[in-house]
Amino acid sequence: MDKLLTFRTSLFSVQIHPGSLKINCLLILGTLVIAVLSLTTGSLWINPLEVITEIADPNKGQHTFVIETLRLPRVVLSFLVGGALAVSGLILQNLIRNPLASPDIIGVTSGASAAAVFFLSFLSGTLGTEWLPVAAIIGATITSLVIYLLAWRQGMSPIRLVLIGIGLAAGLGALTTFMIVLSPIATSMMAYVWLTGTVYGTDWQDVKALLPWILVLLPAAFLMARTINVQELGDQVAINLGVPLQQARFLLLAISVALAGAAVAYAGAIGFVGLIAPHIARQLVNRSFAALAPASMLIGGSLVIVADTIGRTAFLPLDVPAGVFVSAVGAPFFIYLLYRQHR
Amino acid sequence: MLRSFRSYQLLIALLMLATAFSASIVLGQTSISLKTAYQAFTQYDPTVIDHIIITTTRLSRALTAIFVGSALAVAGALMQALTRNPLASPGILGINAGALFGIVLSATLFSVASLQYYVWIAFTGAGIAGGMVYCLGAIGRDGLTPVKLVLAGAAITALFVSFTQGLLVVNQEGLDSILFWLAGSVAGRSLEIITPVLPFITLMLVASLLLGRHINILISGEDVARGLGQRTVMMKWLMGLIVVGLAGSAVAIAGNIAFVGLIVPHMARAMFGTDYRWMLPGCAMLGATLLLAADIMARFLIMPQEVPIGVMTALLGTPFFIFLARRGMTSGKKREVQYG
Repeated sequence: MDKLLTFRTSLFSVQIHPGSLKINCLLILGTLVIAVLSLTTGSLWINPLEVITEIADPNKGQHTFVIETLRLPRVVLSFLVGGALAVSGLILQNLIRNPLASPDIIGVTSGASAAAVFFLSFLSGTLGTEWLPVAAIIGATITSLVIYLLAWRQGMSPIRLVLIGIGLAAGLGALTTFMIVLSPIATSMMAYVWLTGTVYGTDWQDVKALLPWILVLLPAAFLMARTINVQELGDQVAINLGVPLQQARFLLLAISVALAGAAVAYAGAIGFVGLIAPHIARQLVNRSFAALAPASMLIGGSLVIVADTIGRTAFLPLDVPAGVFVSAVGAPFFIYLLYRQHR
Repeated sequence: MLRSFRSYQLLIALLMLATAFSASIVLGQTSISLKTAYQAFTQYDPTVIDHIIITTTRLSRALTAIFVGSALAVAGALMQALTRNPLASPGILGINAGALFGIVLSATLFSVASLQYYVWIAFTGAGIAGGMVYCLGAIGRDGLTPVKLVLAGAAITALFVSFTQGLLVVNQEGLDSILFWLAGSVAGRSLEIITPVLPFITLMLVASLLLGRHINILISGEDVARGLGQRTVMMKWLMGLIVVGLAGSAVAIAGNIAFVGLIVPHMARAMFGTDYRWMLPGCAMLGATLLLAADIMARFLIMPQEVPIGVMTALLGTPFFIFLARRGMTSGKKREVQYG
């Protein structure tokens, strides 16, 4: 067995397998390549070298507008959204100890969507769309609080959490459809596109608004790494080892919800990223959270970048929402993963 | 003694159904007296507006609600027996979503517009989705656990819903006409449109009623059933086919109506007990009554507009599902699913 690299301070400790570290570095490289390729493709093809020089030294080349204003914020936002959803899913899967859990399946995403559609259909006339993210995050928070309260019965059982999440998701989905039916056709189209999950028309404003969330929440998740590893061993073991279990669960759930809510707020309900990215990460690196979290984030981010690139190039001049392609690729792949894992 | 008691119960259910049916005919934006309604059937007069309203919209609407409601309720009861899972229903396990996707696909890409084709397409969609959920849920060492089945259903639902959304976003003209139907609706289906499907639903309902005795044996345990000479595999396939047929045709007529298949079997079990020979007809009647009642409420809630009936049933069904999940899963706790 290889030696583990240990980082330990009074506040937290992580152990990383050197192999996992190597793979994480490779993943960073891969993500960068994907990002550059995504910047080159589109209705206007730009040479990759030109893209790199443009990013290194802005405002020199002839494609400044296309790259800096149109494509780069979109790619960055795709990455952030994908990364946030992936880490959110990873936390949930560890927390619930179920490989099928993810923010979209247990209802957090549908809470955010319902709130956002409510906003788009009834409030967007009085308030500007910059308030949309706030609505989505509030929706996600309320939904998860309700799920959590309903699942609480002498402590929180993960399975009850999942089942109640699914039930609420179905109810909220119906409400969302209802609001779309009621609202005039122009807003209903807007709401519908948003529901599918798209990063169309992103500008730097969106990126700047999402970034603080990610920068706070991801390190917070990382700080909890040790607790996550322990609680994965089972309730009894975790309690015996001195983990304040219910407290830790609440915190982890809060982080996961906030990540998903923030992501959904800026890109709509992109499904399946939170489900499959952690699975791919688990195939690549070893099982410690400290190695899984960055890997999941990089994979989730690349996944959304790729999906969006396909979406905006495959059916030119149509711009198909990234969410459709994530599902198209994600679902079969997920089924394959399950099949292989459980054989 | 017990038998006659149950007959009375069935009679009561039938009376409830009849009441709901007549209420559905007379109540609405224009209230029509029972006498006029009766005349509309016995001595139809094409110059009386109320008569026209009844024959063109109200009657077909009530009939749609009856058939769709009983189809979904019986499908749910069969699924709960088949999977031994109190949370199973066509909506939760992704069968509705599969049928819906099939229909939206054919309507937007191949511009199919006839209900008869829709029915077959909906079957295919429902069958594919049901098969996928069953296989996904059965993967793993511990076999088909209730929780895994529900999760697999949610995953497949998410998949098909997102494909449906993608299609509608790409093909925006179709959205407006299809939206109300996505939310589930029994309105605006004229008698000529639904009649081809009705014999089929009736056939499936009768078939499921005939299976009642065999289902009783099956749910007493697979080993017992095999010991008593039942061909369990064939039986399960048959039940699966009926479920897909019922749910598929219900979605083809009325779109996505959730939770009826979940709630009604529980209500029927509380009323008629677990004997499927009595419980299944009870289910059919209660399902029809529930959908009729939901449809009447949908007309009045936000007059002059209408709430899609699928939304109504979801609003009724969500608290019920949560109640079940809170109550029922304590015994399933020791079977918590672990990573492979």
